[in-house]
Amino acid sequence: MISTAFEYQRANSLDEAIKKLQETGGRGKLLAGGHSLVPLMKLRMSEPGILIDIARIPGLAGIREKDGKIEIFAATVHHDVASSALLAEKCPVVAETAGEIGDPQVRNRGTLGGSLAHSDPSADYPAVMLAVDAEIHLKGPKGWRIVKASDFFQDLFTVDLAADEIIGGVQFAAVKSAGYAKLHQRASGYAIVGVAAALDVKGGVITSARLGLTGAGSHATRMTNVEKALAGQPLSAKTIEAAAKIAGEGIKHVNADIHASEEYRRAMIPVFTKRALEKAMARS
Amino acid sequence: MATTTPVLPKLVGQRVKRREDPRLIQGLASYVDDIKVAGMQYLAFKRSDVAHGRITRIDTTAAAAMDGVEAVFTGAQIAEIVPPMPIGTPFPSPAHHAVAVDVVRYAGEPVAVVVARDRYVARDAADAIVVSYERLPAVVDLEQAMTGKPAVIHKDFANNLAVALVPGGTGVGADYSVDDTAINKAFAAAEVVISQRMVNQRLAPTAIEGRGVLAHYEPGRGTMTIWSSTQNPHILRTMIAAMNGLGQDQVRAIAPEVGGGFGAKINIYGEEYVAAAISKKLGVPIKWVEDRSEAFVATTHGRDILGYIDLAAKRDGTVLGLKLRLIADIGAYNMLLTAAIPTLTMLMANATYNIPAIRVTLTEVFTNKTPTDAYRGAGRPEATYFVERAMDMLARELNMDPADLRRKNFIQPYQFPFATQMGAVYDSGDYEKCMDLALKNAKWKELKAERDAAKAKGRLVGIGMAMYVEVCGLGPSSSLPTGGWEHSGVTIERDGRITATTGASPHGQGNETTFGQMLADQFGVPLEHVTILHGDTSIVKQGIGTFGSRSQAVGGTALHLAGGKVKAKMAKFAAALLEANEDDLVFENGRVFVKGAPASGKSFAEVAAYAYVPVPLPPGLEPGLSDEAFFEPANNTYPFGCHISMLEIDRETGEPKLLKLIAVDDAGNLINPLIVEGQIHGGLAQGIGQAMIEEVVYNSDGQLVTGSFMDYAIPRAIDFPRFELDFTCTPTPVNPLGAKGVGEAGTLGSTPCIVAAAVDALSEFGVKHIDMMLRPEKLWRIIHGGKS
Ligand SMILES: Cc1cc2nc3c(=O)[nH]c(=O)nc-3n(C[C@H](O)[C@H](O)[C@H](O)COP(=O)(O)OP(=O)(O)OC[C@H]3O[C@@H](n4cnc5c(N)ncnc54)[C@H](O)[C@@H]3O)c2cc1C
Repeated sequence: MISTAFEYQRANSLDEAIKKLQETGGRGKLLAGGHSLVPLMKLRMSEPGILIDIARIPGLAGIREKDGKIEIFAATVHHDVASSALLAEKCPVVAETAGEIGDPQVRNRGTLGGSLAHSDPSADYPAVMLAVDAEIHLKGPKGWRIVKASDFFQDLFTVDLAADEIIGGVQFAAVKSAGYAKLHQRASGYAIVGVAAALDVKGGVITSARLGLTGAGSHATRMTNVEKALAGQPLSAKTIEAAAKIAGEGIKHVNADIHASEEYRRAMIPVFTKRALEKAMARS
Repeated sequence: MATTTPVLPKLVGQRVKRREDPRLIQGLASYVDDIKVAGMQYLAFKRSDVAHGRITRIDTTAAAAMDGVEAVFTGAQIAEIVPPMPIGTPFPSPAHHAVAVDVVRYAGEPVAVVVARDRYVARDAADAIVVSYERLPAVVDLEQAMTGKPAVIHKDFANNLAVALVPGGTGVGADYSVDDTAINKAFAAAEVVISQRMVNQRLAPTAIEGRGVLAHYEPGRGTMTIWSSTQNPHILRTMIAAMNGLGQDQVRAIAPEVGGGFGAKINIYGEEYVAAAISKKLGVPIKWVEDRSEAFVATTHGRDILGYIDLAAKRDGTVLGLKLRLIADIGAYNMLLTAAIPTLTMLMANATYNIPAIRVTLTEVFTNKTPTDAYRGAGRPEATYFVERAMDMLARELNMDPADLRRKNFIQPYQFPFATQMGAVYDSGDYEKCMDLALKNAKWKELKAERDAAKAKGRLVGIGMAMYVEVCGLGPSSSLPTGGWEHSGVTIERDGRITATTGASPHGQGNETTFGQMLADQFGVPLEHVTILHGDTSIVKQGIGTFGSRSQAVGGTALHLAGGKVKAKMAKFAAALLEANEDDLVFENGRVFVKGAPASGKSFAEVAAYAYVPVPLPPGLEPGLSDEAFFEPANNTYPFGCHISMLEIDRETGEPKLLKLIAVDDAGNLINPLIVEGQIHGGLAQGIGQAMIEEVVYNSDGQLVTGSFMDYAIPRAIDFPRFELDFTCTPTPVNPLGAKGVGEAGTLGSTPCIVAAAVDALSEFGVKHIDMMLRPEKLWRIIHGGKS
């Protein structure tokens, strides 16, 4: 549980951090809350030569509403998201998701940007980012780039993020009728299966739906078959019940470990889809 | 004349807050890792990453060449300075080297040691050591291991049998001769027999402070000081002296603040022997501090015992006989007490019942896993679990209320002292009274109605109960190789303050508080005037240590006796000073006076001062106020209790949630109910952990899968309902305090009562037994028709 030796630097701006990343040419790694990176370093599964701490870059933490959209900056810790009054009012599912991450220590250190960049297959945020259809704002040497959440998560621990890019934050349109439900792995708190559901409802009819699934596969994905089944249907317990039934169908690879077999995980996808949808309906 | 001194309340029996806590929660306590000695070097161990293999090559050149590395030792080199490690049980045992020589037998076993300038260099150097192995088949499955397959781990132990087959109980003679008449008769008369295979799974003790040691051999003096995170510094001293060719007078062992032990810090480990031997060889202080990854593989595990149980009864619920075949997976080696732990499961198989015939057999088996040893409860939770599960199954089979079934079979108060079929002599008990209070507190009838109402709505709610009796307060010297006594010293200082020592080495039990309360009452002085010292063999003259819930019953009594001796002498000084009869004196409110005349007495401090400058010296007295006592109880103590739980299982996911836990415990007289409740809370937490979320898992290669807190769950506050505690009080006649011991009790009743509740919750699916832990997927399979 002792990492290899490393150098520690602190960046005071995104540009400085990017410069440092370039200078260190592959040896440098960004450090935010350290709650994914440091455990890996202690197990010597990650051995960066230089850590570039971005956690205290001015302006990189915070939540605000801008031009009708919600903006969460990358270094915002989970606890601040979970306890945000703005989110509780406008988009409770995001606060709810943050509140389900790990334990209080983790929530007091871990950051949104770190979670998204790391993209653990069982992480909670990716599912909700898919459901709120977030835009992820990345800054690199050539400036800003925007990636849709649905394009960002690509594979196991793999995201659309270059070695010299930094997540600055996320932006999304607030959606009230959305919910997150997860089956906790009882040691770590991570999601064995986690589903975030967001519904656009007009006159009692679901105009469109977005569902993000985490924990089941190599990375978080949208459940488009469920989304289609919901669209155009009246918002009702019956609709939800029917749509949730097909959740997970057609997913080729589903994880298995000591906490949950593939069969059990598959069975849990409809269960938590239904629960997420029920929460969304309750908030509509 | 009105006295101005405030009256000091009697403290024994009061909920006095722990005096230890302010320093602990403010970070003002010193653990081994906080202690530094000039010139200190650090150890790191290179550990085997295979479970079973022959070492074909160890290349230490790169490590030895690293800047800051002092020395590198292979197993063969360590074997020259550290003899094979001794054990504390009378069973045959294979040679166990502190650092493996030739063959490794579990993943995590040390294969080489680095000595370096700091922890970081030491770790890097250990990583730079390259070891090659010829892989041998890993022995993982317990019942397969007993057939000698897929390999024999120790060549002199055929079929991997560490302890071949020990019979005990009815009809078994002291020479292990066996007469089956009674047990056969019991089963022949049975109208119903419950038979079940049950697993009491392997657990990792996971003290929040891992182990650590600092050994300092001073060549000039020829003495060794060793600090260690241990439960028993005096045993450590004995072993370190013996292993290093030193006298016990030449070794000082210190247990500083110890952040949890749970039985796993009784054992004296290879790392301690290696640190001491290297310090002696190199003449420098040597420190090693375990990290969490190491703790999972290198600190002993607990439990891991398989039971085949048969319970014979009449249809009216009368229990006739019990057969229990125990097979313990002890891992790769015998540690200090390893082989003895399952014998405690045997010993307690009689539980709280009149059972006319019992037959238990025990087999202990080597596997390629981390060795097991004591873990909170050590053998007794296993016994309780097996018997109580079987009783619950019997109640279900007979459609009887589980409380009624127990009531029918309880050992009755008039039967105490009760000699069990297993050779224990229960000191005192009133099981029915205890159960009745638990039923009352739980509102058993209403609880059942509540369950039924929930079930009627389709919820999977269940209730369960369990009785336990445990053996603790160890014990007469016949029951412990170290001797079964405890020691204490009491000194009244010149200023009237009190310093006391105890050989019990508390590490979370709160003895600084409870022992302080006792002396404060005994001498009529404020608690703040009493200091309890422990954990240092040069300050505490003799001792055994804290384990087996013995510190209060045995150590507390030694303290009480030492205090009594000093008080008697002090009374003589006071009598001389007051020109009174010593038998008429009262010690109260910081004063010593003739009964009925407090104002005419002397302050406690004045009497103390006189004892140290005794002019004139009363005839027949030596100056000073200091004495000591050993106490050896004639028997162990046998606390007991009744635990009741209510649990709900999510029909869709199989997730269990504990809704209620009602406990009534009887530990005899309680010195401090607040501390007792804390001990029960901790025990319950670990019992609930075992029932619901804790399990050490190895894969088929013998690799530990649950090697971190990301995969090995330990319970947290959010996992519990508010515990509802209560007590009955049946004092023990075994010691003058009437106190039994309570450190482990919470782990006993909780596991069977929770599993009983889970089975009850799932009764509609026809399930009779569920092995721990209550993994959601396992429960989901029962609910959704799959196999369990
Ligand atoms: C005990 C425990 C339990 C946990 N339980 C959960 C859980 O239940 N659910 C869950 O979702 N997570 C859980 N986590 C993970 C936790 O949420 C992490 O905090 C999070 O995944 C990473 O965020 P961080 O700020 O700590 O990132 P760090 O560990 O600092 O960094 C992680 C990775 O992201 C990179 N990075 C960090 N910030 C940026 C950025 N702005 N731009 C680009 N790259 C960046 C780093 O270089 C590194 O590669 C748990 C962690 C622990 C230790």
